[in-house]
Amino acid sequence: MREPRVRECVSAGVREPASRGAALRARPPLRSALPHFRTHARSRAGAAKLALALLAALGAAACARAEAEPARELKVCADPNNLPFSNAKGEGFENRIAELVARDLGARVRYTWWAQRRGFFRNTLKAGTCDVVIGMPATLELAAATRPYYRSTYVFLTRRDRGLDLRSFDDPRLKTLRIGVQIVGDDGFNTPPVHALTRRGVVGNLRGYTVYGDYSRPNPPAAIVEAVADGEVDVAIVWGPLAGWFAKQAKAPLSIVPVRPQIDPPFLPFVFDISMGTRRGDTLTTRLNDIIVRRRGEIERILDDYGVPRAEGRRR
Amino acid sequence: MVHLMRYARAQTGRSFYSRPECCRVPPPRSRSQANGVEGSTLLRLVDSVHPTPSGSFAGRARPLARLTAAALLVLLAACDGGAKENRSQGTAPRTGGVGTPAPGSVSDTTEDGQWTMPAKNYASTRYSRLTQITAQNVAGLKLAFTFSTGVNRGHEAAPLVVNNTMYIVTPFPNLLYALDLTKPGAPMKWKYDPHPASAAQGVACCDVVNRGAAYADGKIVYNTLDGHTVAVDAETGREVWKARVADYNRGESFTMAPLVVKNHVLVGNSGGEFGVRGWVTALDLATGRLAWRAYSTGPDSEVLIGPGFRAQYPQYQGKDLGVTSWPPDAWKIGGGTMWGWISYDPELNLIYHGTANPGPWNAEQRPGDNLWTAGIFARDPDTGQARWFYQWSPHDLWDYDGINEQVLVDLPIGGQTRKVLLRAERDGYVYVLDRTNGQVLSADPFIDVTSTLGIDLKTGRPRENVAKHPELGKVMRDICPAAPGAKDWQPTAWSPRTGLLYIPHQNLCMDFEGVEASYIAGTPYVGANVKMYAGHGGNRGAFTAWDPIHGRIAWEIKEFFPVWSGSVATAGDVVFYGTMDGWFKAVDARNGRLLWQFKCGSGIIGQPITYRGPDGKQYVAVLAGIGGWAGAIVAGDLDPRDSTAALGFVNAVKDLPQATTKGGMLYVFSL
Repeated sequence: MREPRVRECVSAGVREPASRGAALRARPPLRSALPHFRTHARSRAGAAKLALALLAALGAAACARAEAEPARELKVCADPNNLPFSNAKGEGFENRIAELVARDLGARVRYTWWAQRRGFFRNTLKAGTCDVVIGMPATLELAAATRPYYRSTYVFLTRRDRGLDLRSFDDPRLKTLRIGVQIVGDDGFNTPPVHALTRRGVVGNLRGYTVYGDYSRPNPPAAIVEAVADGEVDVAIVWGPLAGWFAKQAKAPLSIVPVRPQIDPPFLPFVFDISMGTRRGDTLTTRLNDIIVRRRGEIERILDDYGVPRAEGRRR
Repeated sequence: MVHLMRYARAQTGRSFYSRPECCRVPPPRSRSQANGVEGSTLLRLVDSVHPTPSGSFAGRARPLARLTAAALLVLLAACDGGAKENRSQGTAPRTGGVGTPAPGSVSDTTEDGQWTMPAKNYASTRYSRLTQITAQNVAGLKLAFTFSTGVNRGHEAAPLVVNNTMYIVTPFPNLLYALDLTKPGAPMKWKYDPHPASAAQGVACCDVVNRGAAYADGKIVYNTLDGHTVAVDAETGREVWKARVADYNRGESFTMAPLVVKNHVLVGNSGGEFGVRGWVTALDLATGRLAWRAYSTGPDSEVLIGPGFRAQYPQYQGKDLGVTSWPPDAWKIGGGTMWGWISYDPELNLIYHGTANPGPWNAEQRPGDNLWTAGIFARDPDTGQARWFYQWSPHDLWDYDGINEQVLVDLPIGGQTRKVLLRAERDGYVYVLDRTNGQVLSADPFIDVTSTLGIDLKTGRPRENVAKHPELGKVMRDICPAAPGAKDWQPTAWSPRTGLLYIPHQNLCMDFEGVEASYIAGTPYVGANVKMYAGHGGNRGAFTAWDPIHGRIAWEIKEFFPVWSGSVATAGDVVFYGTMDGWFKAVDARNGRLLWQFKCGSGIIGQPITYRGPDGKQYVAVLAGIGGWAGAIVAGDLDPRDSTAALGFVNAVKDLPQATTKGGMLYVFSL
């Protein structure tokens, strides 16, 4: 909030063209802005900036009061039916992280709901109806990524009472066990475990569970975890956050073991850094980076609450 | 970098050429040889009529002379510019003794001046016998009226004209407009809004296009993106029935144009990448109730394969191949959707429809032919029971959906008139199939093909080019045609006067490479990095006139962008099509000479039609409005820097946003 825009009061709550960035419209938050100003005030230029900013901020605040519309919002693009990530009731860990970020910014969360499928970024972030996607791989080219705030991994998910103790894609038992995998797309497109198993000649004993599932049911991607608990498959190879959360609620105790290797040479990763996503050139990215660093402890606690398995290695 | 160089070439690749003299036999195309397809179909047919132990032609061997004579006759007929319609009908002779042919049958010669289904007739020729607009006078074509649809996505539909009313279906939200052609400027009579669920745009597969409606029994019938078929009273715009047929919550969407055969509305689903299991369904025209459903995968009982099924090739013989040609259970989410075209032969009482590619597994995880995907079925329209099947792409690797249109014509082949079906297929070949039994008579490339080495007519299978098979972590270059195929959904037209099939198509190759992280429903996955670019010659599209008897190109117009519009041919020897940068063109059916063009407000991916207005004048109509897979970069505001967007198509049309902008608009022309 170094350049509060007085004129924004007139457009409070009204969507502006997305390209200029700034998820936060309308009244600038004095509370969260002040720590910034303090650090800047160490220099003369900073002091001047502070004075200007305060003036502008006060003006804006007065203006906003006149409108009686404290419409400072963090506009989040999210899937309304996709636990443990997000849902419309706010029960996912990405909902919780969105709340945390909004609190830090002195804003409240406003969601644009859209199923997280092909066209998700196009119809939400890029269409300008919202300004941040809470979780996406750091390497995704569709949006500008913040610094990663967690790293998870695909895991072997088995019933504990089976005592399978699978740890590696090279385990010969994988040739005969019934294996559940998450599938998406076709041709060259699929989840990394599908490719890893194919390379090892593990073909024909896989059972596919589409990531899309049946969207009319709650949490469509959960079917694969239920299949392990029900004994429909011996083992499922599942993206960590999904496995961790649904395993907590499964009818039988489940065991979660990160897959090995982390990267199948030459380049097939099972471990992904997860970032928030914004539009390219949006100044919001910088502020989110700052929050990710300052609020690391709180973010970690939220991830723990949801049983998100974290992978070893430093987040890049 | 190869593709960048090609791309640069494509920038300067705008050119036009055609054969000035009608019907001069062009030299065999050397590219066929490069592809391992030796010589022309003519030669191949000659080869195959020599008695061979296993050749199915053996029993009907005819001397070469007779074949050549027949072919010459057709050519002569085609050369005679002023030929009476009957004579130039050489390719579609009368079939005696069957009474009055049903409207749209192959031998039908009536012309009511209407346009009641997107393909014009059951044979799907998109040929009108109207003669007011001719190659001689088309240069005087003028804009008669326009109509804005108010929708900004890709307009792929064909307008319908019935009882002096024009009907237009828009992309999502799938509005239906009725325009009164009896009044000046064709004002709106009524508008019908089916209120499709908005969530279908996000939850369902693919784009939000719609390929049009069909008229029958006083009703306009069409599909909505959210999985409903609706029947609307053509007079009043009142909804007669609305049937939920597909489930968008399972990834199914609904974009194809229905075909009405007798009392059945025939429809099919989209969404193979979403783990959807493909089907074609018949609904009762009066009530919308489900009459039968035939799946493209699974046990015979669900594919509707019974005692009436005749396997033309051994690979289609056996029980429950829709299960056994897959790994266990993979067929349950195996794709094979049916979002393309259906044709109907009333005399044989058979419908023909394609099936899309298998999914959602990557190819290595679905060893087997993956029946009955990427092929074509002939079915009994009353019961849905399959009669025969042919598979274009066994174990498809390239997303070659086999859903293109089938044009039903009778052609002199091998010395006799054969009831055939023409398919300009995604894999780059024009197939000529015997439509009575599914035997492939010829398959010749109409574009450079590297993904396969030709089609083996004996086995009915493509000869594989193993060097181009995709492998994770390895870059495969120069795969031609690219994933949308040499031709996608955009329908061809056939003129019985010229004996030519007019093919609007793209000329794209692709690189298929590496590993790229992507993300759906919170789950990271590995995406193939697909980049498409102009194929050989540097032009990204072409409008090609194809001679199916000789299996070769008669003439070809190179286009700068992929040609994603449909086409229409008329008895005035004019063929119409549109370009993605908005030019609506009339060309000479005999030589491809450009006779007239008009620049529309947005790129054209719609299907042109022609009709006789209440004033007795001939009109030509087309919907402009860029979008679809090819035009997603404009309609979906995709980032031209993201070369893999729209599954790689964006790379091939990076410059489209400079050439056109969004906007759905009807254009109608007359002399």
